[in-house]
Amino acid sequence: MSEKLLEIRNMRTSFRAGGQYFAAVDNVSVDIYKNETLAVVGESGSGKSSMALSVTRLHNPAYTRVEGSILYQGKNLTSLPEAELNKVRGGHIGMIFQDPQSALNPLVKVGLQIEESLVYHTDMSRAERRNHALDLLRGVGMPRPELTYGQFPHELSGGMRQRAMIASALSCSPALVIADEPTTALDVTIQAQILDLMRSLQAATQTSILLITHDLGVVAEMADRVAVMYAGQLVELASCSEIFNNPLHPYTRSLLSSIPSLENSSERLHVIRGIVPSLKDLPRTGCRFSRRIPWMPPDSHQDEPELREAAPGHYVMCSCYETFELFQEMNTPCRC
Amino acid sequence: MPLLEVKNLQVHFPIRGGILGRTVGHTKAVDGISFQIEPGQTVGLVGESGSGKSTTGKAILGLVRLCGGRILFDGEDITGYIGRNRSPYRRGVQMIFQDVYSSLNPRKRVLDVIAEPIRNFERMTKAEELRRVHELLEVVGLSADSALKYPHEFSGGQRQRIGVARAIALRPKLIVADEPVSALDLSVQAQVLNYMKDIQRELGLAYLFISHDLGVVRHMCERLLIMHRARFVETGTREEIYNNPMHIYTRRLIAAIPDMNPAAREANEARRKSLEREYNDQFSKFYDADGSVYDLARINDDHSVAIPG
Ligand SMILES: Nc1ncnc2c1ncn2[C@@H]1O[C@H](COP(=O)(O)OP(=O)(O)O)[C@@H](O)[C@H]1O
Ligand SMILES: Nc1ncnc2c1ncn2[C@@H]1O[C@H](COP(=O)(O)OP(=O)(O)O)[C@@H](O)[C@H]1O
Ligand SMILES: [Mg+2]
Ligand SMILES: [Mg+2]
Repeated sequence: MSEKLLEIRNMRTSFRAGGQYFAAVDNVSVDIYKNETLAVVGESGSGKSSMALSVTRLHNPAYTRVEGSILYQGKNLTSLPEAELNKVRGGHIGMIFQDPQSALNPLVKVGLQIEESLVYHTDMSRAERRNHALDLLRGVGMPRPELTYGQFPHELSGGMRQRAMIASALSCSPALVIADEPTTALDVTIQAQILDLMRSLQAATQTSILLITHDLGVVAEMADRVAVMYAGQLVELASCSEIFNNPLHPYTRSLLSSIPSLENSSERLHVIRGIVPSLKDLPRTGCRFSRRIPWMPPDSHQDEPELREAAPGHYVMCSCYETFELFQEMNTPCRC
Repeated sequence: MPLLEVKNLQVHFPIRGGILGRTVGHTKAVDGISFQIEPGQTVGLVGESGSGKSTTGKAILGLVRLCGGRILFDGEDITGYIGRNRSPYRRGVQMIFQDVYSSLNPRKRVLDVIAEPIRNFERMTKAEELRRVHELLEVVGLSADSALKYPHEFSGGQRQRIGVARAIALRPKLIVADEPVSALDLSVQAQVLNYMKDIQRELGLAYLFISHDLGVVRHMCERLLIMHRARFVETGTREEIYNNPMHIYTRRLIAAIPDMNPAAREANEARRKSLEREYNDQFSKFYDADGSVYDLARINDDHSVAIPG
């Protein structure tokens, strides 16, 4: 594989609650290579957004602690002074969120918002900035870039706003784009257009994408590699085709069989027992998924599970995957 | 005899403008749709946001004023029952919402939430009522002690099941489920969908299942209604719609569903691109001069498409 762009080592992101810190991301290590799309997938509350926001330190430091190291071009982002980090944010790393409302300023015309980071990060002249913004709007498939340039965010449809945010995130040709649920609020046809757009922009610019999503369909359409997250940890990391064709971790396998997809037409869907624990209730020792698969004998789990390379490039947490059978669960109905 | 018959339903909302708030026009949220639901059947209503799905559901519940058309339930014309809460019709049809939480009163215990429709329609002693609520909780897989808790004490999937328990409290014949699992995580969604199927089998329920997720719809529904711009572009059995979609809108919708097979990525994108071209080139074949959807034309017993005959 190609060169590493970002190295996340032992990331631990903790939020303060009642004088105590609770880790929402707990010792996560993963690399992002140049020009690859790494998808992080898991159900809500698993820690995906916390991980994404930690990369550019967008959390409120008053009650958030980020430990470990995040190496980008030899610099450790966790200890970089705020002024230098600002150059990285928007300049080297662009961000796309689920809700463009939160990222776009409602009072500033779309074109000028795209230019804002050009003012900060480049020495382009006003005319150059305008041309670049129009190019970007065209690039993200706006049918009438000149018109959109002068419009306010509320004058655009949801799909168009999402495109405007993508244009803004791409304005300084970032090496990495972090996209947190970029299509979750959109209709499927618009989602397909945005995903196709992100793929073709990536092919043209060689950008890396850290794609955060709960939607395994989006993962299958976009990812080169997939990191499956559960309760603050990566429980499986592998190429996209491995995840779909040869999933190993019980959580990954359970999730895949709970999807009512076009391919999966079985009468009953698989249901994972129990619920995703809240931050305070996270099991902090042993296999964190063990409570959700209570029929597995205790000795099938490791005392101190860690990601191990089960096959070349395919990493999985804990030993329970070796003996795990999904249909054992099917035969024991759950009243919870 | 069909359980529900909707004939040429129209719902138009006034658009108000100016300082006097006068009506300056109308949003045609539903503009001439007809369909039937048989007892025990699940019919899926699919389309993008704004196409008129929720308005259709609300019209069946009598929650919005019709400006045209008729609704028959069990053969009886109930078009005039709109707003009358205690009619026998309102007993036979219930609704489940996407966001049950916002439709549950946070200060009411689960017992009161579930018993409310019962209190509107039946005289029961407190003991009988509690017994009934316990039965209902058991049907949706919640423990009996849930009855005395408040909605915020439950997870999203459990709340959705409380909504299901409430909806089935009066043993309705039809449930309109408006995006009942759209806000839920995968595993929780699976749980609610399984329960909805179980309950259907036990009680002989029919569903109008409203969703924008074609994977979920295919899992749940025998018949599909594809809605676009306030009208139906295509209706038919699940097999006909998925295997032989004929309207360009349906074909685009199906092509847009993410495919769980990473190896098919390029092929899917190519298919979407060619459909997009077809959509632009052949728009006039599928929409009239005003951009409206044509009337449905019958292809066979199991399939109708809105293209000019
Ligand atoms: N700012 C915050 N303060 C306190 N807890 C938080 C904060 N953000 C997230 N959490 C908690 O951290 C856990 C992970 O949340 P999040 O990263 O948003 O997950 P995901 O994006 O996978 O849904 C959850 O239990 C959530 O409640
Ligand atoms: N109470 C209302 N007043 C005015 N317009 C409405 C009202 N409810 C819905 N609409 C409009 O009717 C159209 C259809 O809405 P809706 O039935 O909610 O669609 P869907 O459920 O398919 O997303 C939309 O244009 C919406 O803005
Ligand atoms: Mg998130
Ligand atoms: Mg709706």
